[in-house]
Amino acid sequence: MSKLPKEELEKKLATFVGLQIGPPQEPLEPVNESMIFHWCEALGDNNSIYTDSEAAKKSVHKGIVAPPAMLQVWSMRGLEMYRGTGGARDKQGELHALLTENGYSGVVATNCEQGYTRYLRPGDRISAQTVIESISEEKATALGIGYFINTRTTFRDHNGEDVGWMTFRVLKFKSEAKPQAAPADGAGAPAAPKRMRPVLGHDNKWWWDRINEDKLPIQRCKQCGTLRHPTRPMCWKCQSLEWDYVVASGKGIVYSFVVIHHPPFPGFEYPLIAAVIELEEGTRIVSNLVGIDPKDVKIGMPVKASIENVDETLKLPLFRPSS
Amino acid sequence: MLTSIKDECAIAGIGMTEISKNSGRSELQLAAECVKAAIEDAGLKPTDIDGMTGFTLDHTDEIEVARTVGIPELRLFSRMPHGGGAPMSLVHQAVMAIATGMCKAVVGYRAMNGRSEARYSAGVGGGAETPDQIQWSWYMPYGFVTPTCWVAMHTQRYMYEYGATDEGLAEIAVTQRTYACNNPRALFYGRPITVDDYYNSPWIVEPFRLYDCCLETDGGAAFVATSTERAKDLPHPPAVIRGVAQGAAHDQEVMTSFYRENITYLPEYDLVADQCYAQSGLGPDDIDAAIIYDAFTSIILFQLESFRFCKRGEAHEFVKGGTLGPDGRLPCNTNGGQLSEGYVHGINGLAEGVRLIRGTSLNQTKKSDHVLVTSGASMPTSAAILGKLN
Repeated sequence: MSKLPKEELEKKLATFVGLQIGPPQEPLEPVNESMIFHWCEALGDNNSIYTDSEAAKKSVHKGIVAPPAMLQVWSMRGLEMYRGTGGARDKQGELHALLTENGYSGVVATNCEQGYTRYLRPGDRISAQTVIESISEEKATALGIGYFINTRTTFRDHNGEDVGWMTFRVLKFKSEAKPQAAPADGAGAPAAPKRMRPVLGHDNKWWWDRINEDKLPIQRCKQCGTLRHPTRPMCWKCQSLEWDYVVASGKGIVYSFVVIHHPPFPGFEYPLIAAVIELEEGTRIVSNLVGIDPKDVKIGMPVKASIENVDETLKLPLFRPSS
Repeated sequence: MLTSIKDECAIAGIGMTEISKNSGRSELQLAAECVKAAIEDAGLKPTDIDGMTGFTLDHTDEIEVARTVGIPELRLFSRMPHGGGAPMSLVHQAVMAIATGMCKAVVGYRAMNGRSEARYSAGVGGGAETPDQIQWSWYMPYGFVTPTCWVAMHTQRYMYEYGATDEGLAEIAVTQRTYACNNPRALFYGRPITVDDYYNSPWIVEPFRLYDCCLETDGGAAFVATSTERAKDLPHPPAVIRGVAQGAAHDQEVMTSFYRENITYLPEYDLVADQCYAQSGLGPDDIDAAIIYDAFTSIILFQLESFRFCKRGEAHEFVKGGTLGPDGRLPCNTNGGQLSEGYVHGINGLAEGVRLIRGTSLNQTKKSDHVLVTSGASMPTSAAILGKLN
């Protein structure tokens, strides 16, 4: 079918909001000990109230109970769901198909929250009723543009009482062609992302060359002796083009700093601390602080340069707390 | 010879596209639409325009925009550098050309798919070996690559030296959102936030939370400047340019001037403020409302100090208690600003400044004889003072 204009598509999408996706999903089996044991074994959960009937009898539960996080398990379809042979499409299926037909073919689950009213016991029969709660406006995401679909499922026991709920969010998106990843270093394994490299030119390459020799240089005017950083080809004070450098002691203080959370870039771990360091020679330099919790960073604290490899080929002057 | 530009020129037209997260059209089309709207608002035709100025960051060529809109001849074409520092530089270009008789009517514009295409939050990095890439190379390997990071560095030191807390920043964020709630152009129209929402918003780069940061949006905004004499005969009350200035100060870098003795203020704003006040013969007490560039909440503090609305180090207190709200001493960013209306690189702010002078803002202030409009922080910058016709 041909794609709908965006306005029409969004009008159609709006008709799904508030709908139950279909009749309640009835359980294939009641809550039972075998499935509880398999689940706990797979997840490595050794809590005896799930797995040891003797111990469970002595607990406040007076017998085996199901782990609350299994809430959705009891009304799920097995292979039928995996193979997509579940018979007539429900409203959720229709909604996904509508978006797929309009180019939003990608799907990814992004959020799930559950709430539990009571522990479930063997013999409980749990059904699930799902409502399409909301559909977002079109969002631009790292995967591509798309719509977030929020559903809310209410779980009830065989007496019709609520035992828990689940909200689930999926993104239906237009996947964009991604540039090919850098060639892998190892056989077949994708290369770990690397930090951005400095761009090297006449005015800064010499500085990075010294870093690779484990020296932290500060450019110095040969005529008037003024130190300068970042490097520049002329002395701002006496306009001389003649320069050399001194090797810094690496001692300095934190002049200012920030704690970076977002957006994350490949090759870094977050939160990431960036700081302006004032070196004892008087010039300042921007770098990362490492070996310290962001909460413990204080302006004025002493730090020391440490030239470290951040990956196989990039050396950087980083700074660590010093006494 | 001309000795003063005071009152020589005026803004006669403003035009904007809608602000959105995905315009669905090219930046060239956005530029053409807002330029056309500004020319029509001024009661002029494309054939009346003879100068055009934009941003170096625009992806559309000013002559391509001129050709698209049907502006046949240009006697001035220019592009102003330094991103958010540029918007009032466009006014500066227009005034210099008009006051000297080089041009009769100049259009300035900015049009960007700042959300659906290139986003500033994506950071700088990579690319050819050019002086700006060499500059960014002092920061890229450390992941220190976004405007949020750079401005946060100044802000942290400011808070440390002056004992400032984030209370003033929270008040700025909430006040501007409140203005935006009243402005249907705003991306956050009808969506208020509370101080609690501010504190609960996630860290982006400490000390900045989400609500300290401006929006990223698609949109275009343009203005038409002409001589005040001519503007008198055009449909809207002219927004007369009392003063306009550019400034770059010692040891200036673009966004990373961390090597100055003091990084808790931005001397380029002092330079711009002194010129604007000297040209106009006005002082801070004469300014009734302001459009203060707000890529981040804290840069409003730096500017309030440089434009001498309060003393150095006191802006974080000055803004508390409703100072920038509708009944305060200095109603500020009455469109919701770039924090809550949208980010069109300050030209949307200029449009709001013109509306305040005309008396047509959706949050019209009680008094608006003089409105200050500024440009971005932490780079070479610019500002203008608009006034009513005498």
